[in-house]
Amino acid sequence: MRGGVPSAGRVRRLAETDRAALVFRFDGAAYSGLDGDTVLTAVLAALPDLRAAEFGPERRAGFCLMGACQDCWLWQEDGPRLRACSTPLRAGMRLRSSPSDDWPGTLP
Amino acid sequence: MTRILVVGAGPAGIRATETLVAAGLCPTVVDEGSRAGGQIYRRPPEGFTRPPGTLYGSEAGKARRLHDVFDGFVRDRKVEYHPECSILGLHDGVAQVLGPTGVISLPYDRLIIATGATDRLAPVPGWQMAGVYSLGAAQIALKAQGVALGRRMVLAGSGPLLTLVAAQLIDAGAEVAAVLETAPWRAQVRGGARMALARPFVTLRGLRMRARLGRLYKAGVTLASIEGEGTGLQAINWRDARGRIQRTACDTVALGWHLRAETALADLAGASFEWSDTWEQWLPRADAEGRAADGLYLAGDGMSLLGADGAEISGRLAARACLADLGYQMDMGAYARDLRGARRLRHFAKGVADAFPWPADMIRALPDAAILCRCEGVTAGELRATLPLSGSEANRAKSLSRVGMGRCQGRYCQLAGAEVMAAATGVRAAQMGRLRVQSPARPAPLAAFATRSDSQA
Repeated sequence: MRGGVPSAGRVRRLAETDRAALVFRFDGAAYSGLDGDTVLTAVLAALPDLRAAEFGPERRAGFCLMGACQDCWLWQEDGPRLRACSTPLRAGMRLRSSPSDDWPGTLP
Repeated sequence: MTRILVVGAGPAGIRATETLVAAGLCPTVVDEGSRAGGQIYRRPPEGFTRPPGTLYGSEAGKARRLHDVFDGFVRDRKVEYHPECSILGLHDGVAQVLGPTGVISLPYDRLIIATGATDRLAPVPGWQMAGVYSLGAAQIALKAQGVALGRRMVLAGSGPLLTLVAAQLIDAGAEVAAVLETAPWRAQVRGGARMALARPFVTLRGLRMRARLGRLYKAGVTLASIEGEGTGLQAINWRDARGRIQRTACDTVALGWHLRAETALADLAGASFEWSDTWEQWLPRADAEGRAADGLYLAGDGMSLLGADGAEISGRLAARACLADLGYQMDMGAYARDLRGARRLRHFAKGVADAFPWPADMIRALPDAAILCRCEGVTAGELRATLPLSGSEANRAKSLSRVGMGRCQGRYCQLAGAEVMAAATGVRAAQMGRLRVQSPARPAPLAAFATRSDSQA
């Protein structure tokens, strides 16, 4: 294999690797992505997929990456879901692959 | 001043905007991207460093010109620009727009829709697994993020994009295990001749790129299944042109059969539709300049699948049609030139469609156990089982099976679903009819409506 920076996850970084690191949490564990990553890129650089499918036994890892298929949504610890392919990673994000135990939590 | 709303900031939307600005208008532009350019000329986030030549190859000059034109308008406040915004609905001259601050209402007098296209997808047994992507996704990941979606990738489907994405991935250092084209050689020769007549240099460039793929490229294949164990994808099984079973180990498959026009907003805005035998999908009706209804203009791949160069032309034409309808005097020379250009691109596009056909037979033969609706895991068999009640009517089949009712709103299953039901009832896919489109055109959190940032609740 040519080029690329080793990563434990699904995606291989081939270029643009000289960027600041951003730390985020996913299912309680800390991971590091790069400034400019989408949430999808950052999670899949560390892990093989995003979440379990709701209607089958398989896992899901996004599909169209252009906001059309809605396959890549993830939960956030504070409630709302986000579309991982079109949401930029921010430092300190707390993401989940499933809703938090007390979802929907206390409504204002 | 007349309020003109342009939807989409790809090549069509940018050229439409430029034409309006040149006439002294200040259009409002809504785009889902965080930076203008659309998908084909998509830009990485600020701070990425690969030059346009690396990102866009032979089309770098076009990409840069489009980006510069639009960035200039934003800088000089010639447009009211709403990036990272999705239109949820269009009703009575008001667009409901979901953006980072919630939902806002944008009233308009005239509407130019340039929403582009997505990949056109056909189901392959096993395509619901993590690690199966659209072909466009593989290209977006590389262009906008500098990543390959897997360590060993197979690209499969049909069309010029298959060759282009494979070449781009290989150049960037990704491992591509195979490029599987379902179009047989004889279709490619027939359509390719037509393509070469209309655009010899573009066709030659494509052939050269193809030649570089060498033995990775296989034509006339039939895709049998994508195979995996546990959570991992392991291989794709396919039959070669001579019918022999082949297996290619991989951890990622990217699928695409040319393009599907993204027409949800055109539909909500009141466009009517007709079946295109050329593209085997429903396309909005519009005249040669893009007029689709009173005050509604269409441009780009969301109207007619002519590609990026055609999108620039049809963007200008749609804006000129809009201006002419408002009483502006138009430059007839530029107008005639664009109409001629569009005609040439239509000949080329017809060649592309002939060369890289929709794999109807493969879809009609899908086993009952194959998942057809990727959103909700509905199988081809479950869709076929609705036959006694749904007959050959797409919307009834959708109600009864939920194929087309999931989160993608039918974008990736409608055409294949129609094909499966057409086969079961002995009609052509066109006779199945078209799925009704409903607002919201994108999923929206309720909170976005609760925290409206404008006064027009």
